[in-house]
Amino acid sequence: MGLQVDGVTVIYPGRKPGEEVHALENINLDISDGDFVVALGASGCGKTTLLNLMAGFIAPSEGRVTLDREAIEGPGKERGVVNHVVTGPGADRGVVFQKHALLPWLTVFENAEFGLKLQGMPKQERTETASRYLALVGLEDFHKHAVYQLSGGMQQRVGIARALTSNPAMLLMDEPLGALDALTRENLQELILDVWRETGKMIFFITHSVEEALFMATRLVVMSPRPGRITHTYDLDFQQRFFDCRDARAVKSSANFIEVREKVLSIIHGDELAGGGNHV
Amino acid sequence: MSDTAATASKNGVLSAITNIFSKGPAKPGESFGAPGQGSSVAISVASSLGLLLLWYAVTAMGLIKPLFLPSPAVVFDKFVEVATEGFGGSTLLDHTLWSMGRVFGAFFAAALTAIPIGVFMGVNRVMRGIFDPPIEFYRPIPPLAYLPLTIIWFGIGESSKLILIYLAVFAPMALNARAGVRSVSIEQIHAAYSLGATRTQVIWHVILKGAMPEILTGMRIGIGFGWTTLVAAEMVAAEAGLGYMVLNASEFLVTDVVIMGIIVIGIIAYLFDLLMRWIERLLVPWKGQM
Repeated sequence: MGLQVDGVTVIYPGRKPGEEVHALENINLDISDGDFVVALGASGCGKTTLLNLMAGFIAPSEGRVTLDREAIEGPGKERGVVNHVVTGPGADRGVVFQKHALLPWLTVFENAEFGLKLQGMPKQERTETASRYLALVGLEDFHKHAVYQLSGGMQQRVGIARALTSNPAMLLMDEPLGALDALTRENLQELILDVWRETGKMIFFITHSVEEALFMATRLVVMSPRPGRITHTYDLDFQQRFFDCRDARAVKSSANFIEVREKVLSIIHGDELAGGGNHV
Repeated sequence: MSDTAATASKNGVLSAITNIFSKGPAKPGESFGAPGQGSSVAISVASSLGLLLLWYAVTAMGLIKPLFLPSPAVVFDKFVEVATEGFGGSTLLDHTLWSMGRVFGAFFAAALTAIPIGVFMGVNRVMRGIFDPPIEFYRPIPPLAYLPLTIIWFGIGESSKLILIYLAVFAPMALNARAGVRSVSIEQIHAAYSLGATRTQVIWHVILKGAMPEILTGMRIGIGFGWTTLVAAEMVAAEAGLGYMVLNASEFLVTDVVIMGIIVIGIIAYLFDLLMRWIERLLVPWKGQM
């Protein structure tokens, strides 16, 4: 069971007629219950495309993506998207800022219960569910706030709570912490790990930060561009060490952590030296 | 010789322009190099009073004949006279009510049709394909140019007036609604689908809400256009209305009523705009926030 990516290739039409961009080539990836899979790689390695495949926003050119053996055909509430980047021709140029997918005309609470309301859940039940998940992300005192008045970190927490309310089998996050300051970022790393342990969801998480990837992943997938493919996979347990000691800095500065970090960094730098970076 | 003079004056103009944008470090609370920053309210009040004073001065000194420009006092007296005794068969209030009835009637008819059509144009390529050519074709044509046609088709009664204003209001409202739909963030739409929303729910709960700021902008522009077209609409066979009052007064060279009418039209248009801005702040406080 879980999510299977099976021999998936994604080919976009290029900028010139007849040109093809192999965003992903022959990707195989199994995500089982309780896995926290982090994808890491230079720009243009196809990690965002991979997430959008899992979300059901794009279809593979070859191969298939299944969740609990059922083919993914479009977005669905069993795969909660916390945030994502829209891909496609032209979308790979320049810096793409993650826009918040929260609805600014709704309050924090209304955003959290939005999915349940659409699904037709009775009011009392959805109030309980939304309150529970808002409390889980530490926003129990912010129900009535306007989302556009919150800080970036708090907006991300609303996004996580909203995705959790539908009780999805997995959460998808594309660089959710990329735009945050260092301190907020570390706090939210811990919060996401706690939410993951509490709820037992599968998580597919994209980041540019090697440290973040190592700290959070049970499985780290290093990807390489042109064509986008998985080059290395590591099974990690630094997050378990964090749960044991509750001291993220100690985990991140341990000799073992630094050793793995340098190894992964050298792989990614190797890609960039080989011309893997985004040359526009 | 003339070349150097031209270059010199060009340099003078250039440096005058660049000086506006770079005059040393910014004061606390201002941002360096931001064009045109700072409050202009006091200057606007001074400029309005200055214009009024200029008007008073040139008429008091007898520089312009009252036939061409009556003094502010005379215009104000006329305002009181028309408000109480009337002009052209109706009081000022009647004229205003007639005009507002026409503008608002056409405005509401346009809002009920243009906004749905604009939204459909945004969400559906077939609708966009159908409605784009006629709207884009007639939009830049001045209403006065198709006024004769509306009279031939709909006669000289109320309907041709309403239709003329309606057409002027329709295009900006439809096009803004369409632009509003297209401006909704794809991330929000994707998020809603991922939460299990159906297409109808996405249109209703995400796209329409997200398009609201631009729909309201369209309504604001629309009511401005409607008011602008009013005088043209009341040119033919009207018996009351501010536009009719001004035109009728001009035929008899009653310049004070003409000026008074213009000022009343201007003030009402400005009040409409303030009202629409207030409604905007009330309905879409998140505008420009995310």
